[in-house]
Amino acid sequence: MSSIKVEIVTAERVVYTQEAEAVIAPGVGGQLGILPHHAPLMTILQAGELVVRHGGQEDALAISGGFLEVRPDRIIILADQAERAEEIDVARAEAAKQRAEERLKDRHMAGLDETRAEAALRRAVARITVAEKIKRRRNL
Amino acid sequence: MPDIRKVRRRIKGVQNIAKITRAMEMIAASKMRKAQERGLAGRPYAAKIEQVIADLAALPDIGLQHPLLQRRPVEKIEVVHITPDRGLCGGLNSNLNRKLAAFIIEQKKPVRVVSVGRKGRDFAARYGCDMCAEFINLGDRPGLLDTLPISHIVIDDYTNGVADMVYISYAQFVSTMVQKPVMKQLLPVEPAVIPGGENVDYIYEPGAEAVLGALLPRFVEMEIYHAIMESIASEQSARMVAMRNATDSAQDFIGDLTLLYNKARQEAITKELLDIAGGVAALE
Repeated sequence: MSSIKVEIVTAERVVYTQEAEAVIAPGVGGQLGILPHHAPLMTILQAGELVVRHGGQEDALAISGGFLEVRPDRIIILADQAERAEEIDVARAEAAKQRAEERLKDRHMAGLDETRAEAALRRAVARITVAEKIKRRRNL
Repeated sequence: MPDIRKVRRRIKGVQNIAKITRAMEMIAASKMRKAQERGLAGRPYAAKIEQVIADLAALPDIGLQHPLLQRRPVEKIEVVHITPDRGLCGGLNSNLNRKLAAFIIEQKKPVRVVSVGRKGRDFAARYGCDMCAEFINLGDRPGLLDTLPISHIVIDDYTNGVADMVYISYAQFVSTMVQKPVMKQLLPVEPAVIPGGENVDYIYEPGAEAVLGALLPRFVEMEIYHAIMESIASEQSARMVAMRNATDSAQDFIGDLTLLYNKARQEAITKELLDIAGGVAALE
């Protein structure tokens, strides 16, 4: 099976590199699956779950927006923030989710920045999904 | 003749100073290493963003359309002045502040200052610069998130026409011994020209313009974050060198004082012996 190099970098560090068979990323226009030999592509990502498949395994990362570049030899993800499942602070993500939900529930609240609250909610949900995925796998 | 007890006290005091400066030197050295590592860790991201912006800006229809790329006649200038929060780092702070002052005097147009770091803020306040924002206590290891408010002020000011040109002033880390104050243009973004680029024909989603629009603010954030990282590395290495010098001069001083002390002690002993000898001679 053919594979392609995947790099996930943020402004602060290189988060992840892996030789992978497929990447599933949260594009702004919807989920995006990328296999080796994909045409060169440059796209914006939204907050969500990024899955990397390699050798029958799946690694999940939570990212909070960024860019994805597909080149003939590699896939580069420039993330605003990226966390591997092990690094996620679930309690904090839950709290953030709750805060965002409350803010969105009462939409008439003065000075509410709806897009920001929604983005915060998406980020929190992404973190929680990713963290739970790895927990389930451990319990199996 | 010097008072022996006073000299002894002085030696103790200088020894204590040397202990402190040595400890500070070692702390600065380890912080410097960490700051350098963090600065390097961001390199791939920065290089990538720069390259993509260069590619996009070169596209015929899009190049230079975005507000952050647009050049305007310069009426108002803004400077992001990054300095350490603390002193005891040799001439670093005064070099940085002098650079800022020289720059402001040079300009024919009004200059506003966004100061990051206590030393620069105090300087700007003391000399009556037009300061529009200040950030202090970023600490030794700020994350990207901590620096975002700075970027937002600058980007907002530029897009709203409050400033027509934005510079960033910080201490460039050349080597452990050399830190250079630099003044660099931040906005409008000058897309780098990368010679012999690979010229891959990308599909842009949702569109080249949207991608460029999303990338440019990231680029500015990145530049500011990077400048802060670099100035932290500079601060720590300047402090390390300053503290090493201080420790060395303290050691020299201890040597001199010890010599003085021994001489004084010997003199006292000789005198005492003479007294005793004199006393014995008088008795005989």
